Amino acid sequence: MVWGIVIVIWLGLALSPFLFHDVRSQQVAARICVFIVLVASYDLLIGYTGIVSFAHTIFFGLGAYGAATALRHMGPGWDAIVIGGGIGIVMAVILAIFIGLLSLRVKAIFFTMVTLAVASVAVVLVSQFSDFTGGEDGITYKVPKLFKPATKLLVDDDGHVVRWLGTKLNGKLAAFYSVFCMSLLLYLAMIRIVNSPLGTVLKAVRENETRAEAIGYRVVTYRTLVFCISAVFAAIAGIIYAVWLKYTGPETVLSFSINIDILLMVVIGGMGTMSGAVIGVVLLNLAQYYLRDIMQLGAEATANLPLIPELLNPDRWLLWLGLSFILLVYFFPAGIAGTMLKPRVK
Amino acid sequence: MTLNNLLSGNNIRFLPVAIAFVALIMIGNPSIWVTLTVAGLAMGMMIFLMASGLSLIFGLMDVMNFSHSAFVAFGAFIAASVLGRLSGWNESDSVLLNMLALFSALGAAMVFGMIAGWFFEKVIIKPVYQDHLRQILITVGALIVSEQLILVIWGGVPINVARPQFLQSSFIIGDISIEIYRVFAVFLGTAAFIVLHLTLNRTRIGLLVRAGVENREMVEALGFKVERLFIGVFVVGSGLAALGGAMWAGYETLITPEIGAHMMISIFVVVIIGGLGSIEGSLLGALILGLVGNYMAFLFPKMALATNMLVMIVILMWRPYGLRPMVKS
Repeated sequence: MVWGIVIVIWLGLALSPFLFHDVRSQQVAARICVFIVLVASYDLLIGYTGIVSFAHTIFFGLGAYGAATALRHMGPGWDAIVIGGGIGIVMAVILAIFIGLLSLRVKAIFFTMVTLAVASVAVVLVSQFSDFTGGEDGITYKVPKLFKPATKLLVDDDGHVVRWLGTKLNGKLAAFYSVFCMSLLLYLAMIRIVNSPLGTVLKAVRENETRAEAIGYRVVTYRTLVFCISAVFAAIAGIIYAVWLKYTGPETVLSFSINIDILLMVVIGGMGTMSGAVIGVVLLNLAQYYLRDIMQLGAEATANLPLIPELLNPDRWLLWLGLSFILLVYFFPAGIAGTMLKPRVK
Repeated sequence: MTLNNLLSGNNIRFLPVAIAFVALIMIGNPSIWVTLTVAGLAMGMMIFLMASGLSLIFGLMDVMNFSHSAFVAFGAFIAASVLGRLSGWNESDSVLLNMLALFSALGAAMVFGMIAGWFFEKVIIKPVYQDHLRQILITVGALIVSEQLILVIWGGVPINVARPQFLQSSFIIGDISIEIYRVFAVFLGTAAFIVLHLTLNRTRIGLLVRAGVENREMVEALGFKVERLFIGVFVVGSGLAALGGAMWAGYETLITPEIGAHMMISIFVVVIIGGLGSIEGSLLGALILGLVGNYMAFLFPKMALATNMLVMIVILMWRPYGLRPMVKS
């Protein structure tokens, strides 16, 4: 059932360029693809080791900024993406090892607090070193020629771009499918990881730390390892997102609110279930767009009453999301996918 | 004697003094140094007010409240609103009326913090005792909701905070000028520390709280209701956070809804470097952070924003559990 939903969602994403023709829904579809990878990598950490990190956007940002800086300085080429992104990934791993060794030895809650402090500093550093990172404005750059909207993948006899079901076969489509395929591959890789012997050890550590240690698995080593793996996946997601957006800035890849978003997505979808990541991302992205519309209607309908229109102001959608999040953690701590999967596990 | 020997045991409490001394040598100019030191102490004391509650709550209840900064933000906004309402008293020349305005603002913030803390403990925290992961999640949810509530109630615009007239001016001694508000902040923080310290070390309730931090089950076995202590500590901690927020509002004089998010980092760093669960640790951590922050801003302005992080890294490398941990992790 759950995996059915997941497959339907991926199919929907695959067909989305042909189903929806406006630019906005293509942006949403690509964003969903990238965020599935990001959220699934976060789920590796929170769902499979039980530790909450607020530094996940740093890794996302390192990948994105690595690719972005290289694309700007080396020109739009594949080599720039590989070198810049590679540097970003390496830096993400080094940082992950550093944070892990500094704080994973002690209580998990300590780790969470340390990552929160680190994340805040990263945002500050990006705005301070504005020569290199573009500061608050971010960086814009060109991407390889294949991804430009003007590129024609297939031309008919007159030299015009061929249309299929009303969709132009141009570079934008190539870009979207690159994002889609990369995301799908990474997602499958993560499913493979959690089903491997390594994943089993991680579950053991999550369920009973002392016991796992007693059987002979070094908990610190495994925690640091999974922290690094999830950092690498987040960094790759960052590279993909940077190439897709042709822009990288603190608001799109680094802000604290993104980390809160992915935390909500993981928990709503279901921690410790890779399928939950997909469901959480799609639900939250839809909520972001449609909850606002509903609230707009509500605010207009209650315009004469005191305070209520303020509460229903579309900008306050996070208020309602936060409330439902609290209720969800109370009553369905396993999240949507987790709750649906449970009866079968028994 | 090595550095580590010098700073071991009780000597660690002189660390802020040592930092101040090193800074004096590096800065060279005594009058600038005095201004910076007073500012640092004032900042440290205000952060101490906010952080001590969080540390105590964690020490006693093993609850990490990620929405602690929401109390700070609410305290700041409530104090600003009360001072705005009482502008007549606030701007009069009578020190008595000034004091009345100030204390009603601080009092309102603190009372709100305590009531909200009580409600929060009952409704949000209680169902998730003993479960760190869900505590983090639920308090993060509460943080989102309370931030949004501030936006609903006070709107997204920055608010001016009117300081009472008698706290506006500065002492001037020779070429040194000291803002009275900073002295007041240091005074209030010291008073809060002394009260907390005496309560914890000299009273029966303090004894029970300390025993509860050390071994909860034993205290329960002896027939004391640890749960009531929990609520008490939570209420006091939240009240102190709101008080700290109110003081901070007067210090900054212009507050934005992001005040909670800004302070959260400092509060966490203080709790981390001070050591979880200890009041003295929080005081030490807060003073170190305040002093180093101000000195760095003067000596190396470019580095100022990363100070929190640097202090945290250095101290964690040296003492992985913080300066004075009460809780054995």
